[in-house]
Amino acid sequence: MSAPRMPIESGVPDPFPYMHPTLKKNFGQWKYHDRPRPGVLHHVAKSGEEVWTVRAGTQRQMDTYTIRKLMDIADQFADGYVRFTIRSNIEYMVTDQKKVQPLIDKLQAEGFPVGGTGNSVSMISHTQGWLHCDIPGTDASGAVKALMDELYHEFTHEEMPNRVRMTTSCCQINCGGQGDIAINIQHTKPPKINHDLVANVCERPSVVARCPVAAIRPAMVNGKPSLEVDEKKCICCGACFPPCPPMQINDPEHSKLAIWVGGKNSNARSKPTFHKLVAAGIPNNPPRWPEAAAVVKNILGAYKKDAKDYERMNEWIDRIGWPRFFELTGLPFTKYHIDNWRGGRVNLNASAHIRF
Amino acid sequence: MATKMHKTPMLDQLESGPWPSFVTGLKRLATDEGKPYADMMKDLLGQLETSYTTRKGYWKGGTVGVVGYGGGVIPRFTELHDENKKPLFPKAAEFHTLRIMPPAGMHYTTDIMRKFCDVWDKYGSGLIAFHGQSGDIMFQGCTTDNVQPAFDELNEMGFDLGGAGPAVRTGMSCVGAARCEHSCANEQKIHRTLVNRFLDDMHRPALPYKFKFKVSGCPNDCMNSIQRADLATIGTWRDDMKVDQAEVKNFVNAKGRKYVIDNVITRCPTQALSLNDDDTLAVDNKNCVRCMHCINVMTKALSPGDDKGVTLLVGGKRTLKIGDLMGTVVVPFMKLDTDEDYEALEELAGNMIDFFAENALEHERTGEMIERIGLVNFLEGIGLEIDPNMITNPRMNPYVRTDGWDEEAQKWFERKAG
Repeated sequence: MSAPRMPIESGVPDPFPYMHPTLKKNFGQWKYHDRPRPGVLHHVAKSGEEVWTVRAGTQRQMDTYTIRKLMDIADQFADGYVRFTIRSNIEYMVTDQKKVQPLIDKLQAEGFPVGGTGNSVSMISHTQGWLHCDIPGTDASGAVKALMDELYHEFTHEEMPNRVRMTTSCCQINCGGQGDIAINIQHTKPPKINHDLVANVCERPSVVARCPVAAIRPAMVNGKPSLEVDEKKCICCGACFPPCPPMQINDPEHSKLAIWVGGKNSNARSKPTFHKLVAAGIPNNPPRWPEAAAVVKNILGAYKKDAKDYERMNEWIDRIGWPRFFELTGLPFTKYHIDNWRGGRVNLNASAHIRF
Repeated sequence: MATKMHKTPMLDQLESGPWPSFVTGLKRLATDEGKPYADMMKDLLGQLETSYTTRKGYWKGGTVGVVGYGGGVIPRFTELHDENKKPLFPKAAEFHTLRIMPPAGMHYTTDIMRKFCDVWDKYGSGLIAFHGQSGDIMFQGCTTDNVQPAFDELNEMGFDLGGAGPAVRTGMSCVGAARCEHSCANEQKIHRTLVNRFLDDMHRPALPYKFKFKVSGCPNDCMNSIQRADLATIGTWRDDMKVDQAEVKNFVNAKGRKYVIDNVITRCPTQALSLNDDDTLAVDNKNCVRCMHCINVMTKALSPGDDKGVTLLVGGKRTLKIGDLMGTVVVPFMKLDTDEDYEALEELAGNMIDFFAENALEHERTGEMIERIGLVNFLEGIGLEIDPNMITNPRMNPYVRTDGWDEEAQKWFERKAG
């Protein structure tokens, strides 16, 4: 038997062979940019060379027919090069301004929305969900498709006070990341334990160690070594589920959606911020999650109407205060909004600053 | 028996609406009769529809990989079985993902993209995600038997598996110098230098938990590195930012003084900007914190300075276990021009990974380890000097033993003199 093929440990590929020639030629030599219309960036190099980038939304999880169709468009209009953004938008670089509008027309005719630039709601960052993940409480691609249908106008127009970056996560690990608005699974009941399986499937000490509140302890149940959960301490985070699948955290009824606002990654103006809980108890309701979409649109509507130019979601709320946020959105303020996790007192108002 | 299309009334509702539909794409593959993936995708739709109906996931992990590597493939086996333990959707009973690292900055030719499609039509499901949250191309849906030949073909094309499990993970870098005037660094070079230096820690997972590199060319941090990377590298500059006063005047003329005052001058977080009476701009560069706002707004008039380098932050991560953590500044500024500069960065990253490997608990990220042991212990462990740029403010409690004060103060003066 011949020796097996060993991998070529080549690592991250050099991008230059895959880079549009105008980008390669002007690498590190760009002068300025502007945005002629939503979905189009216009960059000018110190050499005087120009490039128009047309950005379009995709479904991220793409069949090879869709990919080939996008590549045919690139060959026809964009010299055979594309790139992707961190939010799964595809970008076509065009050096002839006359090709910009025909490219936009073609993308739109083929069903790809042109937008996602500047003060728009860009594509929602997300992961796998029911399609491929081993621990999901909900779906990712489907929830994002349903929401982006609702937010189509906001993707294709730049009408928001500043950019809006949204994320979704199918469990409390929060793979989707921080967002101006984040739609995340929030479990509301402790895990249901299949005690017949724990001893064989789970490395019990490491499961005990995973719990953020030390609510899990080893126990003999029905004569078998297993684990038990102190349900008074349990915060229903689901951290025990990945290392111990018999501790089922996902529940069709009790795994709810929560909505968080004000996460920001950029350093522009204010420092980066984490998102904050504003709504929970929202049903996980496939295939179109209408209840979650309604809350998101409500928050976006209030932000769009009330925020000043260049205020991101968190900066808007910093200015108007949380009482006004709850007033403008009509969302209920509950005891669950008051942080009691470690360091949580920094989130309390220790001043006489009150808006009346 | 031929696999039939399952009824998917829930998923069908995701075919309407203006946004591109992944369900339409899945069905296109499932109905592509005669293609090797068609039956797999029929059964995948069956399993996904089941999840939509019951609101439960049905994949479990396992052990699948390629020869020579210990990670990079995400194994998925169905958990939906009938009473005889036969899979309910047998053609999609194995549905593994290959994580493949894209060229830094996610640039592609149509030619390479079509080759990806050809490989995945032959060995996989025909479904590819651009990209996963770690920055990989996700070739989704592969039988156990086809993982090796699919990888071999992709590997021969110049592509390598990314990270999974307790390992150095796939990195990300922004478009940067390739198309952005804000770029203060050679993002793709930093990205490739760091990840490619630690391929052994990527392909043979043996760290306490994951370790991620992300690179953003300026403080806009388009790669979300402060919040998502164990080591964030962010381009910046330390001389004065550049002001083209003629373009400032043009901007004021076009937009009006009120607009400029409301949207540029008063939005500066440190009040380092002032609009002069002649519509030129005064900048207090000593108090500019390089937030990027004014440069973002006035792209023609303002730009980063010439003395460029990077800021390094350590310890960003998402929620579980102890809660979300942002990265912390550990190097306020370092130059990245010469080969020696890059070697210094590599060495520093190596020290961090070694210290992490030695000192973190199982399943503990770098940020959590720093929270447990304190930043000073971490800095001493990797050989970095303290700097007041690392803090928002000094400690607010007296619970510290300070009998080494005079020596520490002496060190500070010596460093300043040096």
